[in-house]
Amino acid sequence: MAKVLMKGNEAIAESAIRSGCRHYFGYPITPQTEVAAYMAKRMPKIGGTFLQAESEISAINMVYGVSSAGKRVMTSSSSPGVSLKQEGISYLAGSDLPALIVNVQRGGPGLGGIQPSQSDYFQATKGGGHGDYRLIVLAPASVQEMADLTSKAFDLADKYRMPAMLLADGTIGQMMEPVELPEEKTDGFVEKPWAVTGTGGKREHNIINSLYLVPEELEKKNLERYERYKLVEQNEVMVEEYLTDDADICVVAFGIAARVSKNAINAARAKGIKAGLIRPITLWPFPKDAIKKAAEKVKGFISVELSMGQMIEDIRLAEECRKPVVLCNRVGGMIPSPDEVLSAIEKAEGGEF
Amino acid sequence: MAVVFSKPKALTDAPLHYCPGCTHGIIHRLVAEAIDSLGILDRTVGVAPVGCAVMSYDYFSCDMVEAAHGRAPAVATGLKRAMPDRIIFTYQGDGDLASIGMAETVHAATRNENITVIFVNNAIYGMTGGQMAPTSLPGQVTQTSPYGRDVKTVGYPIKVCELLSGLDAPEYIERVAVNNVKNVMKAKKAIKKAFQNQIEGKGFSLIEVVSSCPTNWGMTPQKALDWVESDMIPYYPLGVYRDKSAKEAE
Amino acid sequence: MYTQILIAGFGGQGVLFAGKVLAYKGLTEEKQISWLPSYGPEMRGGTANCSVIVSDTPVGSPIVHDPDILVVMNLPSFDKYENAVVPGGYAFVDSTLIDRKSERSDISAFYIPATKMARGLGIPTLANMIMIGKVIRETGVISMDGLRDALAKTVSAKHQDLIDANLKAIEAGYSFEG
Repeated sequence: MAKVLMKGNEAIAESAIRSGCRHYFGYPITPQTEVAAYMAKRMPKIGGTFLQAESEISAINMVYGVSSAGKRVMTSSSSPGVSLKQEGISYLAGSDLPALIVNVQRGGPGLGGIQPSQSDYFQATKGGGHGDYRLIVLAPASVQEMADLTSKAFDLADKYRMPAMLLADGTIGQMMEPVELPEEKTDGFVEKPWAVTGTGGKREHNIINSLYLVPEELEKKNLERYERYKLVEQNEVMVEEYLTDDADICVVAFGIAARVSKNAINAARAKGIKAGLIRPITLWPFPKDAIKKAAEKVKGFISVELSMGQMIEDIRLAEECRKPVVLCNRVGGMIPSPDEVLSAIEKAEGGEF
Repeated sequence: MAVVFSKPKALTDAPLHYCPGCTHGIIHRLVAEAIDSLGILDRTVGVAPVGCAVMSYDYFSCDMVEAAHGRAPAVATGLKRAMPDRIIFTYQGDGDLASIGMAETVHAATRNENITVIFVNNAIYGMTGGQMAPTSLPGQVTQTSPYGRDVKTVGYPIKVCELLSGLDAPEYIERVAVNNVKNVMKAKKAIKKAFQNQIEGKGFSLIEVVSSCPTNWGMTPQKALDWVESDMIPYYPLGVYRDKSAKEAE
Repeated sequence: MYTQILIAGFGGQGVLFAGKVLAYKGLTEEKQISWLPSYGPEMRGGTANCSVIVSDTPVGSPIVHDPDILVVMNLPSFDKYENAVVPGGYAFVDSTLIDRKSERSDISAFYIPATKMARGLGIPTLANMIMIGKVIRETGVISMDGLRDALAKTVSAKHQDLIDANLKAIEAGYSFEG
C-alpha cells in the first residue's frame, strides 16, 4: 500500500479503525484533539460510535462498558485528562478488560503546559491508579509507529485481557510523516466468552467485576493476573538497538527523545566517539535484558528524557548499578537539542558521569 | 398443585445480604418481575453501582457489570452503544447517582441514552454505615450530620426527578415508593414501563424509588416505612415528572 | 541530501500550509519527510512556525534547530531565527513585512516582496506560496514538475478550486528576479 502523509494523532485514529475499533470516547484536550476530530468524522460513516463524553472520567467508563461487551474500544487524552482516567483504568485492570488508552503527553504537573513531555512515564509504567496492576505501555517514535503500535496494542490487550497504553507525546502527535497504514483487520480476533452480551438463555450469567470481599479470593485474582503479566514480560518486549554492537556510551531514550538522540549519536560517531542507542518500544515490559547486556561492555549510560528523570530508575534497576547512569533532560515542554545530547555523550566519553 | 407464587427467573438463588426490613429486596424483585414479564432476560445486561446494591451482580441472573462509584450511566452508555439490541439497566443509590455520579446521570439523560435507570433513594449512605446523602432531608441526623443536616452549611437535598425534568431530552421520569402495597404496585408498573420504553427505543427512563433504611435511620422496619410516608414523600412527591411520548400523543 | 527547513511568521499567513506543500511534494518524489508545526492556544494572530525535513535518509529529530533553509514572513521570526541558519544556508525574507536585510555574510539571503506581489496578483492570501516558489527556484529542494498533484493532496477537498491560484503564486515566486 502506498504511503500517505499524516499527523501522528490521525494515524492513531485510522489505525484503530483498521484494527477493528468501532467505539471511541473522548474529551477535548490539547495536543491530542485530532484523534477525536478524526473519529468524529469517520465513525458515523462506518457504523461506529464517536461520543464526546461529559468528562474524561465518563469517557473511560464508557470504554469500560464497551469492553465489557467484548468489543474493541479506545479513548485518547493528554496528561491532565489521563490523570482523570486513572480510576477507570484501575477498574479495567481489576476486571481484566482489554482497552486502548492513548496519552499524547504534555508538560505537568497540574495544568502544566501544552508542549511535549514524557513526564507521565511513572504514571503509565508503575500504576497510576490504585492497586497492583500493570498496563502494556507502548512508546511510538514516529508516525509509522503511531499506526503500527496502535494496532499492536489492541492485539496485546485482547490477548492478555488487560488495558494497553500508547504513551506518545505532543511532537509525535502533531508531526506529519509518510505512513503505511495497516490492512483492515477482518479476522483473527480473540474470542471473548466472558463478555456480557446477554445470556441468550444458553449459559450462566457472566459478571464483569473487580470487587472481591474475601481476601483469599482477591489475593488469588492478583496472583493469577501477575502470572499473566509474567508472560507479557517474557514474550512481548520490544526494543530497537542502534549502533550498540561496539558502543562505549549507551544512550537510552524513547519516543521523541530517541529521535533527537539518534542525531546526536550520528554526530558523535562522526567525531569518532562510539555511541549507541537502546530505544525501548515497550516501556512496560521494560527491555531489561538489552540494558543488562549492554552494561557488560559500555562505560556508562545516558538516559535522555523529557522528564526530571523517571525512566532512569528502570535503567539502573536493569543494569543492577554496574555502570554509571546520567540524565540528559529538558522538561516543561522543552526538548533537548541534538547538541545538548551530543555534549552529554562527549562528557561521558571523557569519563564524566 | 398450581404454583401461585415463585421467584422471578431474573433473580438467582443467591441469598440477599440486605439488612432486615430493607426495601432493596422488594425493588430487586420488581426489576426482576419486569424483566421476566417482558421476556428479555436472555438479552438484558445490568450495571451494579457502588453502595448497598454493589453485589446485585450476584442477585440478577442476567449478565452483569460492576461499575465504579457513580459511573454506571457511563458504563451503560458504552454497553448500549456497543449492543443497541440489548436491554441495559443501571441500579443505583442516592450517593452513587446524585452525588459522585451526578455528571454521568445528567449527561446520560440529556443524550436521551436508551437505557433504564433504577434510582433507589433512601436518603443515606447505607453501605458505609449511615453518612449524609445528597438526598438526606433537612435536619436529618446521620453520622456525618450529627446535629442534623444544616442546609445553611451543606445545602438542600437534591430532587433528582425535578432536576432531570428540566432537561428537554429524557423520555420518562417517575418517582414511586415501596412503603405500602399500593405504592409497591405503582412502582411495579413504573419499572416495567421504564423497560418497555427501552424496548421501544424511546430513550432515557428513570424511576426514582423512595426507599427506607431502617438500620442506618435507627428505626424499626415499620417505623422506617412510616417515616417514608410522613417525612420522605412530602419532600419527594410521588408521580410522573416526564412522559414525553404521552405528552406528544396529546 | 538532508535538508532542514524552517518556515515562520504570524498565524494566518499560511506558514503551516507552505510547509505541507513542501512535504507532500517531497513525498511524491519518494523522499523521507517530516513536518512538525508549532502548536499553541493562538489559532490566529500569534506566531506560527513549522519544521520540514526533506531527506534521502531516515529523518532523525523532526525539530529543526539549525535550518538549511529559513523562510520568514514577519520581523520577530527573522530576528529569532536569522542566526540559526547554518553557514552556507538560505534565508528567504518577505520584504513587504520585514524592512531590514540579513546581517549574515555566510548565507544566501533573498528578499521577496511577497505580500505586496500577492495583493497585486489578486491573491492576497497566497504570499506564502510566492515565497515557496522562490525557495524552489533557488534551492531545488523539491522540483516544479508534478506540483499540481502535490497541491491537490495538500489542499482540502472543499478548496480544490484554489489549486490554480496556488500554482499561479508559486510560479510568480519562481520567476521573481531579485
